[in-house]
Amino acid sequence: MSFVVDSVIMFTSQVLFFGFGWLFFMRQLFKDYEVRQYIVQVVFSITFAFSCTMFELIIFEILGALSSSSRYFHWKFNLYVILLVLIFVVPFYIGYFVVSNIRLLQRQKLLFACMVWFTFMYFFWKLGDPFPILSPKHGILSIEQLISRVGVIGVTLMALLSGFGAVNCPYTYMSYFLRNVTDSDILALERRLLQTMDMIVSKKKRIAMTRRQMYQRGEDQNKQTGFWGMIKSVTSTQTGSENLSLIQQEVDALEELSRQLFLETVDLQATKERIEYSKTFQGKYFNFLGYFFSIYCVWKIFMVKFWSQHISFILVGIIIVTSIRGLLITLTKFFYAISSSKSSNVIVLVLAQIMGMYFVSSVLLMRMSMPLEYRSIVTEVLGELQFNFYHRWFDVIFLVSALSSILFLYLAHKQAPEKHMTL
Amino acid sequence: MSTNGFASSLSLCNQSASTNRYAGGVFTIFFRVAAVTKKMASLDRVKVLVLGDSGVGKSSLVHLLCQNQVLGNPSWTVGCSVDVRVQDYKEGTPDEKTYYIELWDVGGSIGSASSVKSTRAVFYNSVNGIMLVHDLTNKKSSQNLYRWSLEALNKDSSPTGVIVSNGDYDREQFAENPVPLLLIGTKFDQIPENKRSEVLTRTAFLSEDFNAEEINLDCTNPRYLAAGTSNAVKLSRFFDKVIEKRYFTRDPSQMTGFTDRKRFNFKSLHYD
Repeated sequence: MSFVVDSVIMFTSQVLFFGFGWLFFMRQLFKDYEVRQYIVQVVFSITFAFSCTMFELIIFEILGALSSSSRYFHWKFNLYVILLVLIFVVPFYIGYFVVSNIRLLQRQKLLFACMVWFTFMYFFWKLGDPFPILSPKHGILSIEQLISRVGVIGVTLMALLSGFGAVNCPYTYMSYFLRNVTDSDILALERRLLQTMDMIVSKKKRIAMTRRQMYQRGEDQNKQTGFWGMIKSVTSTQTGSENLSLIQQEVDALEELSRQLFLETVDLQATKERIEYSKTFQGKYFNFLGYFFSIYCVWKIFMVKFWSQHISFILVGIIIVTSIRGLLITLTKFFYAISSSKSSNVIVLVLAQIMGMYFVSSVLLMRMSMPLEYRSIVTEVLGELQFNFYHRWFDVIFLVSALSSILFLYLAHKQAPEKHMTL
Repeated sequence: MSTNGFASSLSLCNQSASTNRYAGGVFTIFFRVAAVTKKMASLDRVKVLVLGDSGVGKSSLVHLLCQNQVLGNPSWTVGCSVDVRVQDYKEGTPDEKTYYIELWDVGGSIGSASSVKSTRAVFYNSVNGIMLVHDLTNKKSSQNLYRWSLEALNKDSSPTGVIVSNGDYDREQFAENPVPLLLIGTKFDQIPENKRSEVLTRTAFLSEDFNAEEINLDCTNPRYLAAGTSNAVKLSRFFDKVIEKRYFTRDPSQMTGFTDRKRFNFKSLHYD
């Protein structure tokens, strides 16, 4: 009886998550595009729903809600479904939509999509070889084989993103790092930008004028005959086209300059807005949070031992919420930056794949942050994976990513003041 | 990284300190030259904006209109790219005169960050005409045109002009808009035959809303704008209208009409 009640609760929450994923897709990701293939939206929402359900099950585990047998059943069920989606459904549809975009392969779309999927499976399988993730007693078709590989990819992704986030978050929000930007700086840059555009325009007018004159003279030239006519025609067109290529080179250089000035102006405007935001109440609150989390991140970088398991549980909750939100925001920004009306379907599916793998590996890694008594369920459900390997792998990639982000941001920060030297 | 591009654009050595000093010297020269060319350029300046969502084909369109060639390798437009079209005003009549029309292709999407929008606004000053480009295969790009036109037209005012706009579309504003608009639908060839009438009805409503002519074409095929086609005629009419408004319409009675409504800043009719 309690099993039925628990299942109803789980199902309701899954429907809620599905609805949230659907709305997010429609309102945020695809707000500039038309949804022509509804299957993409369905697949994205399903991936999101089952990923969130896994987090929900962890919380239920810790809180002791629902009976343990139904929890176990739902864990297994959820895991099978999400592995099915991540390994079979999403890659197949990615292949299908990529093939649909290529005109040559239109005839045999299904066949080529299957071929792409088999290639993906081959590389996915090969991924397991260099890593010591399985003990030899596992069979070839066991679920551990699949999870371990998904785990490797997801953990690498998570570590890269966390490393970068750990460094970038304090850098962006702490007012110590915000360069001082005044309105006159921005106005000066804008004036330079407009002057560069004016120069480009005047040079292009000269090119157009010269081309037109050459074209008109070309018509007259056909009428010129005789020895002197030929000499005159050769010399005049030569200087004409030489001039043109010279001006064209100058135009190319000026266009490159105008693009850089535009990007710098955008950068300054964004910094100015951030400064204004930091003066508001909300901004001050986030600034404080930024200090708090940067201390946490620094502490993580130096790997200090946990001294209280209950604080770690609270942090688990915060990490879940912020990582979901952070991931969705990052995915959205990424999507806006690279998608076009042709490739939007493919990119959304790739994002769904990344999101699914990210969430599965979060569960793997969360085991480390959970108090001891709750780790057993994760171990039981996911089978005997070499969890220590994943923790070590995460730490290594996190360190590498954090250090390279520090280097990258340091270089970018160094270069910035030089750009705005006044003349 | 960006200073490298700066140095390469001036074709100088790579040491950043000396580059900046030299850049300072070169820029003072540029300032003086720019001041002179600005005066010269503004005498004959006719500026038309080309607006629309990312990926609709603005760069291809501008290239086709200015170079009479199809753009081989379209790539993302960062900031604004300008090209110049040679237009014969009143072609075939004794009043024929050649003008250089500047087509300012402003890149970006309507949902960009506010920092990008405020930087983009710099390009919207003293505009003489606007070409609104949308993708016929993507309804959202057509809907976004309302927001694009509001962004450009509201910026066209100086801070002292009174602008009455709450951000929503208002048909009256477009009916008496002093800036000529032209609606261009791209990727016409990608619409299947049976859907064409439906798409054309939709764009007809759009052109009514904007009080503008419409052209539907494919930017990779020059035959849509071949001489003698109705598209080419509409295009020349638009450019002629832009030139007329720029140079020949300084009727004081018309201007008082606008000041009464105080909707748009008619300073755009003055020369900078």
